[in-house]
Amino acid sequence: MPVPILKQGEVLIASIQAALTDKDLVELRDELARQVGAYRSRGVIIDVAALDVLDSFATRTLRAIVYIAKLRGASTVVVGIQPDVAFAMVQLGLNLEGVVTALDLEEGLDHLAALAGRSGGRAG
Amino acid sequence: MPAEVHVPIERELDIVTARQKGRALAGGIGFSSTEQTIIALAISEIARNILSYAQRGGVSISELDAAGRRGILIVARDDGPGIADVELAMRDGYSTAKSLGVGLPGAKRVMDEFELESALGKGTTITMKKWLR
Repeated sequence: MPVPILKQGEVLIASIQAALTDKDLVELRDELARQVGAYRSRGVIIDVAALDVLDSFATRTLRAIVYIAKLRGASTVVVGIQPDVAFAMVQLGLNLEGVVTALDLEEGLDHLAALAGRSGGRAG
Repeated sequence: MPAEVHVPIERELDIVTARQKGRALAGGIGFSSTEQTIIALAISEIARNILSYAQRGGVSISELDAAGRRGILIVARDDGPGIADVELAMRDGYSTAKSLGVGLPGAKRVMDEFELESALGKGTTITMKKWLR
């Protein structure tokens, strides 16, 4: 199931709706890389609140998305990691080092707006 | 009759199915929501291991009831190429395919029992157990 990506000002919001297969995640990565360029986006938010788990493949792909977006000039925030999901990640030794996270969509947008403010760009 | 499910692992969607069925079964046994997530995550890792290295295999998940001790048993089996160096495969950070190389060691860390049997050319079987506390 493809992940819907909403465009809100200079920010792209990818809102994951259900458990994703590896292929869905890879498609999300490629689609975000494309849309960041197409819409000249400065920020990306990936809402993972609906994900049942974040396993080694998902964490690796999220890190890749963040780095690719960065190379394309956009900052990414991953939001909505559920408490159980976070706990399981820690227990297994998975990490999202280098990935900016926020509690929810609102906090993520605040973070991006603050970044935009600092760099003199328009806020999303 | 204790609960039991078998999920063939042949494509990516099967990884999701296996971990979701495992989570449901763990919930039925009485594992907490956090433990269910940990179990689902461990199943995701061993199921992906099958797909990455052997292309096909299966995951069986069942309830354990041994002398009043309840728990969950997860067995992942494949007839793939086998693992040449099991000790190396279980080392944190080691990977020959597309994972981070943390999947199997991570799964081992969160389970109470973890056994990996592999013979070159004959496939791999991972057996793991977690007991209800």
